[in-house]
Amino acid sequence: MKMYIAQTEKSAKNIVVDDMILTTDMPTSAGSKMLDGYISLFQAEAATKLTDAGYKVYAKANTGEFNLDLMGETSYYGAVETDGVLTTAAAKAIKDGEAMAAVTLEVNGSSARGAALAGLTYVKPTYGTVSRFGTIPAVCSGETVCVTAADAATAKEVLWAVKGHDDKDGTSLPQEKCVFDEVKEIKKVAVAKSLMTGDVTKVEEMKAKLSAQGVEVVEISAEELLLAKSAWNILMSAEVCNNVSKYDGVKYGYRTPNYTDLDSLYTNSRTEAFGYLTKSVILFGSETLSEANYYKVYDKAQRIRRVISEAIAKVFGEFDAILAPVSSKSAYTASEAVANPYMAYEESLYIAPAMITGLPVVVTDGVQLIGPAFSESSLLALAEKI
Amino acid sequence: MKYETVIGLEVHVELATKSKIFCSCSAEFGGEQNDHVCPACAGMPGMLPIVNKKVVDLGMTAGMMLNCDINRVTTFDKKSYYYPDLPNAYQTTQWFSPICVNGRVDIETSNGPKSIRIKQIHMEEDAGKLVHDDWSDTTLVDFNRTSVPLIEIVSQPDISSAEEAIAYLERLRDLLRFAKVSDCRWEQGSMRCDVNLSIRPEGSDVLGVRTEMKNMNSLSAITRAIKYEVARHTRALETGSEELVQETRRWDDNEGKSYAMRNKETAGDYRYFPDPNVMPVVIDDEWFDRIEKSLPELPEVKRAKYIDELGLSEYDADILADSRALCDVFDAAYAVCGNAKETANWIITECMQVLNKKKMTADMLAINGTSLGQLIKLVMEDKVSRPNAKRILASLFDKDIADVEEFAKQSGFIVSNDTSFIENIVKEVIAGDPKSVADFKGGKEKALMALFGKCMKQLKGNANPQVLREILIAEINKI
Ligand SMILES: [Zn+2]
Repeated sequence: MKMYIAQTEKSAKNIVVDDMILTTDMPTSAGSKMLDGYISLFQAEAATKLTDAGYKVYAKANTGEFNLDLMGETSYYGAVETDGVLTTAAAKAIKDGEAMAAVTLEVNGSSARGAALAGLTYVKPTYGTVSRFGTIPAVCSGETVCVTAADAATAKEVLWAVKGHDDKDGTSLPQEKCVFDEVKEIKKVAVAKSLMTGDVTKVEEMKAKLSAQGVEVVEISAEELLLAKSAWNILMSAEVCNNVSKYDGVKYGYRTPNYTDLDSLYTNSRTEAFGYLTKSVILFGSETLSEANYYKVYDKAQRIRRVISEAIAKVFGEFDAILAPVSSKSAYTASEAVANPYMAYEESLYIAPAMITGLPVVVTDGVQLIGPAFSESSLLALAEKI
Repeated sequence: MKYETVIGLEVHVELATKSKIFCSCSAEFGGEQNDHVCPACAGMPGMLPIVNKKVVDLGMTAGMMLNCDINRVTTFDKKSYYYPDLPNAYQTTQWFSPICVNGRVDIETSNGPKSIRIKQIHMEEDAGKLVHDDWSDTTLVDFNRTSVPLIEIVSQPDISSAEEAIAYLERLRDLLRFAKVSDCRWEQGSMRCDVNLSIRPEGSDVLGVRTEMKNMNSLSAITRAIKYEVARHTRALETGSEELVQETRRWDDNEGKSYAMRNKETAGDYRYFPDPNVMPVVIDDEWFDRIEKSLPELPEVKRAKYIDELGLSEYDADILADSRALCDVFDAAYAVCGNAKETANWIITECMQVLNKKKMTADMLAINGTSLGQLIKLVMEDKVSRPNAKRILASLFDKDIADVEEFAKQSGFIVSNDTSFIENIVKEVIAGDPKSVADFKGGKEKALMALFGKCMKQLKGNANPQVLREILIAEINKI
């Protein structure tokens, strides 16, 4: 494990950002050999906003390569384990009391899993409410800057510091959409049976807690949510494939010493610098975007994205939130994650519905609550109460 | 057998915007290598594309000039391929919903008038440039041109000869220059053309094998290339000298030959998909109307108006209507002074002279037409002499002068109407040059000119020549 530390002075206002958020005083490597030691010429809007609000961006937490994996196991700098259990560097920094919160780019669920398995509170706001300017692009149509902290109040405080419209991000929502201060009491929560696979102990515990609070919990089938996994994996791979194409050994980043011409420069630089998961995502993504597959695969996934949005909107006609697990197990070891490169694709089952729709998520007590767009305040209020 | 030629052209035109398509770097031609570069157009991670609205303005303008339908919702897509001059390894272009479709360009050739249909116009970004350094045997990349906005105008295969191709390209160039969409300079690469060509037996409705010649950059090269390819295709079909294959060919204008390019350079699955970072551009009625209202009259309409309504000569009208800049200055100046012939003279003779001195072209005329009109009016009213008016004109090139009469006053360029003042000057000059006076009286006409010149100099040119002459003769006669 490697964590860049900008300054060691202990501060109650210390925030750790992950290796996908560009800073000018620390390298940003996206957990990849390709960008080992890369220092950006400009910094992420989220980092600027944190500094402006009086927080200290004190360290850069390790991530898996382009944040695509389970919880950092594909990082060029190695996985992070606590007592033999895989965790994210960001979650560890909070657990160790080094940082009051982590601001990370949620790309493929690793931040949510990191928070859930460490018992932290996490909030992924509605897509477009936090600027993605200065984040290393991976899955631009879904990735969102999110906040993890020990409790809901802290997560909220930090999210409120980073959210807001940004002219430098064409997908940034107008400022009035980024306010969402209103708290609506969550009275009715749906549990999607289609996502209740694997270890559901935490969900069962949450159901009991919610009922005790007088919240009505109802099981629904919501079969459409099952489609999200495949659709997300297709869109995720396509966008990552395209976004990492720019790392070609020509301009910056890793360049192989073994080349004789342009083709071998490209091929060997990328072969030597990318890890197995990134390579598999590139190959899969390249295939989904090929002329032969575009309409059969990529375009279909985009249409499924709409189907899922509509299905979830229908659920929210009746319910205030959806309760679901975050992962299939309550703990993983680094070695099992490394041994099974498909785990990241499989675990998308739980995070895909909110990633593909851009809906807000709060993780608390090891489970996730997905809410309608701009329901962050309500979700966080519930998380604080229970 | 007789064959007919089928040609479709893809024309790339760099748009005349100040900044690039997705960042605020200058889009100006030239500059030191890698002067106009930022993290966005150099392909560094983390910058997000923000669409330059002016690019959409010009895309729409081009479409309207070429009789296209404008797509009110238009999107940007990524086209992926690897090349060191393409820093992101994708080019942002419009694949699924281009801004303009179904247009038409009317041309005139020795065979009479013809319409060439436009399939579509799409907006996209240019790539950079690779520069090989022989001395160190390395190739360096210059990103000044990356992300400079382009439109690509795709014609239907309606063109059937080199003559038609040239007529089409010249018409395209005239229209786009006139609408200020682009300066369309072949020599600077702001206009370039891909030629798609095939031949087929006359009357057949099946298309033959098509070859494409990319990045043609002059009309003469295009003419030669089309003639060469037609001959090559015909020979192949008639004699079986070679098998025609669909391919991209490179035209070598020095050799006068086309060559097949390595398959690898041309084969490609570009993996187009919509750019998730660029929201669809929605063109509302207000935007559409603003652009429609800003369209210029066509050059031939202007020309006819200048001749028929304003009584200009064909010669003058041709020169003016060839350049939107000249027309704009002319129209504004004429509106103020009301004398078309004078206005045309001032622009075609005097303004062009200043431009020539500055080594600028007619398109670069950027003086305030209203001010020029005021100046011409002052000359017509004998308030400013012609030589002084030329001096004022030179100032108009350097700065915007809203009130030319006031400027003339302050600069001491107003013709004096004070005859007693002129008389005093004349008397002084006569008294100082008795020889010339005697010469004139002795019949030497030239001597009068010398006296006249001296008086004008004393008056700093600010006298009506007719009045001065009369006073001068009257004063001499008094002696
Ligand atoms: Zn730039």
